[in-house]
Amino acid sequence: MMDWQPLWLTFKLASITSIMLLFLATPLAYWLAFGRFKARGLVEALIGMPLVLPPSVIGFYLLLAFSPSHWFGAWIESVFGIRLVFSFPGLIVASVIYSLPFMVYPIRAGLQAVPQSLVDSSYILGKGPIETFFRILLPNSKPALLTAFVLTFAHTVGEFGVVLMIGGNIPGVTKVASVAIYNEVEALNYSMANQYAMVLFFISFIILLFVYSVNNRLLRVRK
Amino acid sequence: MSMAIALSIPKGERLAITGPSGAGKTTLLRQIAGLSHPQRGTIIQNSQVWLDSSQGIFMPPQKRNIGFVFQDYALFPHLTVIQNLSYGLPKGKPTPIVDRFLRRMELSALAHRRPSQLSGGQQQRVALARALVREPELLLLDEPLSALDSDMRHSLQNLLLELQHEQGFTMILVTHHLGEIFKMAQSVVQLNHGQITASGSPVEVYPKRALPADSLTLYGEVLIIEIQDDHLRLLAWIDHQVRELKLPLEYRAQLQLGQAFTLTYQHQQAVLAPL
Repeated sequence: MMDWQPLWLTFKLASITSIMLLFLATPLAYWLAFGRFKARGLVEALIGMPLVLPPSVIGFYLLLAFSPSHWFGAWIESVFGIRLVFSFPGLIVASVIYSLPFMVYPIRAGLQAVPQSLVDSSYILGKGPIETFFRILLPNSKPALLTAFVLTFAHTVGEFGVVLMIGGNIPGVTKVASVAIYNEVEALNYSMANQYAMVLFFISFIILLFVYSVNNRLLRVRK
Repeated sequence: MSMAIALSIPKGERLAITGPSGAGKTTLLRQIAGLSHPQRGTIIQNSQVWLDSSQGIFMPPQKRNIGFVFQDYALFPHLTVIQNLSYGLPKGKPTPIVDRFLRRMELSALAHRRPSQLSGGQQQRVALARALVREPELLLLDEPLSALDSDMRHSLQNLLLELQHEQGFTMILVTHHLGEIFKMAQSVVQLNHGQITASGSPVEVYPKRALPADSLTLYGEVLIIEIQDDHLRLLAWIDHQVRELKLPLEYRAQLQLGQAFTLTYQHQQAVLAPL
């Protein structure tokens, strides 16, 4: 009998991470797209690091930082009363960092693709930058927002190295589906591993299918 | 390119800005609108200072109460016609003025369509209506009619003139069309490389450079070039007809397919000059 807990945990982690990142990354993407500042290259390089680093490297440093013996982990624990190592909140923080580029880059590209004349028009019609952002830029970046959200979600579902490093393998707390598959394979329990893998495979496929068909429809409306 | 421009427009007048592409026409318009900053300068409208770089005054575009019609119309694609028109109005303000403009511009039947479902001329009327519902004192138009066919252009020119008479706004129009300048503008400013090269009323500016009546310049476009024994055979679109020309072989290097040229007849001679 398959234990659904790891799958449920995976989708809970992916949902919370994606929603948090949507709110964190959108202002960041706007700032990268339109802001005037010198350190742009530095910020972009930092955000992009999870794309190139092995997940175990990020996981390793997060493990050090989150541990109660490190000042950051100790500070978090004293202020918020949360321990980030081997806990679900820790997985969320790590996933947010690890999936950041998957949210920021598509949204930035989407915002930049909105014609400048639409923004200019909004200004001329008396609207400030914030109202223009919510009423013109965001509605015209819908396909990018959807793509970013789903890429982030899917990337979090597929997380393995970072989760294993800082979360370990605690059932119901940090044992997500990708870790469960690894465990079952290690225990030579191939049919159970196959069940988890199949569920992940089909759910991921259906999500992507949904995104591409919705995006095509959105793009047709815009044309 | 460095720009240096000084000009003033009486309230309620219609001014055309013309000049070759890259002359700074659009830049000038954007600076008047507050969409870009000149390095130095002053802009004053009705004794209200919009820009005074020496005192660090810059009034943002939101506060200038202008209408701007962009070359690409810049309609909001996710909003319907009526939503596009209402966008610039304060929230909660009653919308009789929107209804009035929808009727005036014959857009009532299209009120709930999106821009993508409209023809070019319809989009242009929406852009014009959207710029005018805020009852601006100054209307800026950046080659708004250039993409329309000539019938549509004439009817929109007439509509624009009527609206300007009714509402009395000051109007600055960037245009390439000589006919449009004479029809629409009381004065014209010609720019080149960021400088004013001529200004005045159209009848003052253009006759100075008029050619005598026994000369005639036609515009043409190359359709086919063929090298024959000792000359070039050219098929060209000249004065709305396909015509055949014979040219000396040395023109070969200057002409290519689709190339625009002028053909000037004077003293029974034709001179061809590629553009």
